[in-house]
Amino acid sequence: MLQLRPGPGHIGVGIHRSVGAGTHQTGFGFWLGGRYRLRLTRRILDIEDNFDERISAVAVIEVERLRKVYGEKVAVEDVSFTVEEGEIFGLLGPNGAGKTTTVECVSGLRRPDGGSVRVVGYDPARARAEVTARVGVQLQHSELQPNLRVGEALELFSSFYEEPADWRELLDVLGLGPQVKTRFAKLSGGQQQRLSIALALVGNPTLAILDELTTGLDPAARRDTWSLIEAVRDRGVTILLVTHFMAEAERLCDQVAVIDEGRVAALGSPAALTSRLEVNQRIRFVPSKSVDDALLAALPEVESVSRRGEEVLVVGNTEALAAVSTLLARLGVLAHHLRVEQPSLDDAFLAITERAERTQPARHQYPATRGGDR
Amino acid sequence: MTIAATTPARRHTFWKLARTEAVLLLRMPGPLIWMALLPVAAAVVLGVVPGTSRPAKALDGTSYLDTYLPILMMFTLLMSGVNLLSSLLSSYREKGILRRLSASPVPPSRLLGAQALIYLGVGVAIDVVLLVVGIACGVPVPHQLGGFVLSLLLVAVAVLGIGVLITALAPSARLAQAVSTVVLFPLMFFAGLWLPRTQMSPALRTVSDYTPLGAGARAVQASIEGQWPSTAALLVLVGYALACGALATRVFRWA
Repeated sequence: MLQLRPGPGHIGVGIHRSVGAGTHQTGFGFWLGGRYRLRLTRRILDIEDNFDERISAVAVIEVERLRKVYGEKVAVEDVSFTVEEGEIFGLLGPNGAGKTTTVECVSGLRRPDGGSVRVVGYDPARARAEVTARVGVQLQHSELQPNLRVGEALELFSSFYEEPADWRELLDVLGLGPQVKTRFAKLSGGQQQRLSIALALVGNPTLAILDELTTGLDPAARRDTWSLIEAVRDRGVTILLVTHFMAEAERLCDQVAVIDEGRVAALGSPAALTSRLEVNQRIRFVPSKSVDDALLAALPEVESVSRRGEEVLVVGNTEALAAVSTLLARLGVLAHHLRVEQPSLDDAFLAITERAERTQPARHQYPATRGGDR
Repeated sequence: MTIAATTPARRHTFWKLARTEAVLLLRMPGPLIWMALLPVAAAVVLGVVPGTSRPAKALDGTSYLDTYLPILMMFTLLMSGVNLLSSLLSSYREKGILRRLSASPVPPSRLLGAQALIYLGVGVAIDVVLLVVGIACGVPVPHQLGGFVLSLLLVAVAVLGIGVLITALAPSARLAQAVSTVVLFPLMFFAGLWLPRTQMSPALRTVSDYTPLGAGARAVQASIEGQWPSTAALLVLVGYALACGALATRVFRWA
């Protein structure tokens, strides 16, 4: 398993982001500015303070050895992860892996059978008032009253919170301005989804939990939603995102946990997960003049060289592209139609979940083998 | 937590929810109109047709309208508190609206409370119309008006309890609808819709005394005749309200 613990580099990223949020205070939705600036100051002071203390102080979600059982069925076996402030954290996994149950335990809608969950410092199943005030939730398959108008829904929900965001501004940010008087039942799927995101954000949350954010959206709407989520994060909101779209996780998430059969199969940044893959880079190009294959093959980063017509295919490790382009430059050769096929998070995901499947039988056999030894 | 729950801001959300739900009800008034139309039309017919608005021998000198007006009033409360409330609440649960509220600072029980209040109000409003129609058609004003009003209010609360309990137990909106329709018949039978309580056998009437609408009919009849309703009948109503309410809070599923 791959574990990435936040190091100094991580904090650097965090501060950079905070400064960005502080400078883009123009126009739409400056609805976290004040609180966030305060947080930024605190963060810098904290860094000068005790380093370890700071780490624990900014953990927005701490899930430790979470377990949840429905009757006979074990939905979540053993899940642990930590989400730091300002992060977009992705929970990935195949259907039925236990992602939704995990977020339901994090949002306090379900009580865990084992392990511990802390959200903004509280037990979400017990401290309902504290947690619901600070955590905005977008639930999977959740509708509103069919005849409730968009504006009414947002006004109603904003009245639930002590310091709500300006819901009209939020509406414009989400591109729902023209729909303010539209009834929920008359909204398109994408509009309903955006409204549900708006409801998750209307309480000015510290943490937003978004379950299957873009499922059922068309590609354009999906991309719009992604930009929106980035904008939300830039305002300092920590985001827990449940998804089964790898492209979504790759684009948005700072950290991801791959959950498979109720366990964390891998944990780390999307880049770390893909780079850990023992999948080779495949580099294709058409050289501007002839190149000796032997020179390419001699590079330590390169595993094999083959040709299909004019096109050269180089297979090598993750450093192969740099090595090949350096060599070509030295030879004065231009690489036309250059294409690099890199392992995507998709590949990583498949590799991780397949590996889990392969190791599973071995785990089950273990007691039997021991029995045979005796 | 306890302090937060009693701040004015929190209490304010109840009325906000109630107002929103009332607006939604008026925006889709179909079921409401149907529900009001049936008993009001029945009361008008009974009041206009001479055969039913004049005293009848079979009913010990009272008219059919005299006998059926309180039954129609209880029927109205039942339709509002059981059928409308349970079908709406269970559809809200199916759509995930109650679960959505569970994730907000406002607990879904507050929406349930707002709904109960609205459907209580609906039932009471239609009952007032029925009473006005009845009095206009010659029904004497109940002699013990306070007892009359108290009895009907307790009936309303008891049937609301039944409505919430059905919602709590029924796994789907369709089943909640079916169960509340089926429950309607025995409840209305013991209220005397098909066989007035005065014509029931003593054994049957004793059973009726312990059903919510039977007890309600007994209390209402006494107050019409000028007596304060018997404590037993009122206690039966309170008992149903408390028992159903308590059971519903234990078993209610919000998702």
